[in-house]
Amino acid sequence: MSRMTMIQAIRDAMDVKMGQDEDVVVFGEDVGYFGGVFRCTQGLQEKYGRNRCFDTPINESGIVGAAIGMAAYGLRPCVEIQFADYVYPAYDQIVSEAARLRYRSAGDFTAPITIRMPTGGGIFGGQTHSQSPEAVFTQVSGLKVVVPSNPIDAKGLLIASIEDDDPVIFLEPKRLYNGPFDGHHEQPVTPWSKHELGEVPDGHYTVPLGKAKVTREGSAVTVLAYGTMVYVAEAAARETGIDAEIIDLRTLLPLDEETIIASVQKTGRCVVVHEATLTSGFGGELLSRVQETCFYHLEAPIIRVAGWDTPYPHAQEWDYFPGPARVGRALVKVMEA
Amino acid sequence: MSEEQRLHLHVPEPEFRPGDTPDFSNVNIPNAGSVRRPEIDVPPEEIRDLAYSIIRVLNREGEAVGPWAGELDDDQLIEGLRHMMTLRTFDARMMMAQRQGKTSFYMQHLGEEAVSTAFQKVLVKGDMNFPTYRQAGLLLAQEYPMVKMMNQIYSNEEDPLHGRQLPIMYSEKEYGFFSISGNLGTQYIQAVGWAMASAIKHDTKIAAGWIGDGSTAESDFHASLVFASTYKAPVILNVVNNQWAISTFQGIAKGGSGTFAARGHGFGIPSLRVDGNDYLAVYAVAKWAAERARRNLGPVMIEYVTYRAGGHSTSDDPAAYRPKKESDAWPLGDPIERMKLHLIARGIWTEARHKQAEAEIRDQVLTAQKEAESHGTLHSGGAPSARDMFEDVYKEMPPHLRRQRQEAGI
Repeated sequence: MSRMTMIQAIRDAMDVKMGQDEDVVVFGEDVGYFGGVFRCTQGLQEKYGRNRCFDTPINESGIVGAAIGMAAYGLRPCVEIQFADYVYPAYDQIVSEAARLRYRSAGDFTAPITIRMPTGGGIFGGQTHSQSPEAVFTQVSGLKVVVPSNPIDAKGLLIASIEDDDPVIFLEPKRLYNGPFDGHHEQPVTPWSKHELGEVPDGHYTVPLGKAKVTREGSAVTVLAYGTMVYVAEAAARETGIDAEIIDLRTLLPLDEETIIASVQKTGRCVVVHEATLTSGFGGELLSRVQETCFYHLEAPIIRVAGWDTPYPHAQEWDYFPGPARVGRALVKVMEA
Repeated sequence: MSEEQRLHLHVPEPEFRPGDTPDFSNVNIPNAGSVRRPEIDVPPEEIRDLAYSIIRVLNREGEAVGPWAGELDDDQLIEGLRHMMTLRTFDARMMMAQRQGKTSFYMQHLGEEAVSTAFQKVLVKGDMNFPTYRQAGLLLAQEYPMVKMMNQIYSNEEDPLHGRQLPIMYSEKEYGFFSISGNLGTQYIQAVGWAMASAIKHDTKIAAGWIGDGSTAESDFHASLVFASTYKAPVILNVVNNQWAISTFQGIAKGGSGTFAARGHGFGIPSLRVDGNDYLAVYAVAKWAAERARRNLGPVMIEYVTYRAGGHSTSDDPAAYRPKKESDAWPLGDPIERMKLHLIARGIWTEARHKQAEAEIRDQVLTAQKEAESHGTLHSGGAPSARDMFEDVYKEMPPHLRRQRQEAGI
């Protein structure tokens, strides 16, 4: 076991896989010599050489397109988009190509690639360093979408993603890179070194894709969350005293419906929280699935707490970010219904 | 100071529209044999002129002349002619099958047969093409079973792609033919990535990217050139300039000056322009490029100057936007006629043998077509399983897809 931040855990996952599998290559903007703007690939080029870890031109479509070609050859690329906010130029390659390659070629060609990208707000990132674009990927048949919330899961999920034979969108909440964050921006941040989930197993292990985790057992209401919102939900439960069962979804696509259904059928209430904008966000899908599968167990309408339907603002960061107060109000409201 | 003028937008227009008499006499076509052949390791900046010229081998009399001639022996030449004839006959039968309602869609290669059939002959097993929808000659030049292509076109029970893909979007890894996508330009950068992978693994295989004149305007064209240039990837970047992107003439993609090949030079990629209707020139230039890539000297761009003699697809009527006789006026002629003339001039072919070959090829194509139709066509006979619709979205079918398949009752 080693004490790791989420950054170190992510780097360790790539290190483990590059060491085990010569077909794993890592590239992206500033990923090589410099080790990434968030240090997630620090030391990999030095250890594995420029053939295995290298810098690319600033061209997201090029990064993903080249990765698909490499995968068609037989490599297992793990590429980085510097910010999820900048993935859109690669959207054609991701949706039209990576996601559909196996299907359209009847398995003749496949795209076992992992596309890592820092996501989420809470860091005064403004409009283009804060977005949570998961819903533009969960809508795409053929992709898997993963969002870890702690160092142990980040490493295990990333190794599982790299080993997965389907394309994986790996969204890393950058607000969680150095420590958990519950939305109380006025308080000092606790580093991962003081958190039990910062104790990361050495070497190879996986956290399976498609499996959620109950992070807090409860009986009153089920909270469906992922990424930073897991800690916000925990804080909201603590502060309202409501016995919420909090589920960290970890993988959004394919979704672990079993865990969700079992919980909501037990609690009879459900709150869905995410940072991304409300309308057509992933919460809409979660709400639909819960309504379809748990209708006769529900004792209150399902509530969504999400980012407002606006671009992510700068100065208004904490009025935008769905913090523990907003989530807490939703918990109270769902219990009163 | 000049007098203030109101600005106006320049929108390029082709020289000729329906009703006009096409006249290409002002198009500068260098004589066959007149363009030099550089050393394989020439620095790109020393051959900029080759991006503004046209490498040609066959002259008007059907003789192979100049420094790019002499690459092919008699058997290879006859085989090349047969491949082009096969592609044209295949196209004609499939166009007719579409008109008969046996399939929904087809795209022919009329006039462009030399490009893909000749190019394929410079590749070896293990190399990988990333084709567009207009390079079926890459398969036919490898004697790929026509019946399999037809099964795909008919979306029948033997369709290798299980009915999931629009006709002609073939995929054949074993034949170095990457899965065709409807999204233009996407495969160009993938070809570069494949070539990078070959280099990463210290392999000896090379990749070939394919794009049309119109799609060079796509962002992925730029991405491809940047990546190929940066990493010196062993890739041949092919631009098939057939003058037309559906109804849009090449000037809309390129503007009024320069050439597509010239774009490669801005990236330090050696770029050559070749007569796309000259099988011998296509082969020679492609071979030069392949050798350069195999020797780790980096990418090469080739612009094939040709003409899309047929409609864009079975859904297109070119008479709506260009003169009906424009393809007849095209100065580079017909690739099959020019090759035939060369073989006759060479004394290894006759009119009688040509007629006989035409009959043989027609029989081959008809036999394949009968066999394919015995497995069904789009609206009749055997069809792919509806159950198959849910397979291959992922390697393992996730629970939500299993549920949807049950719901579909299949």
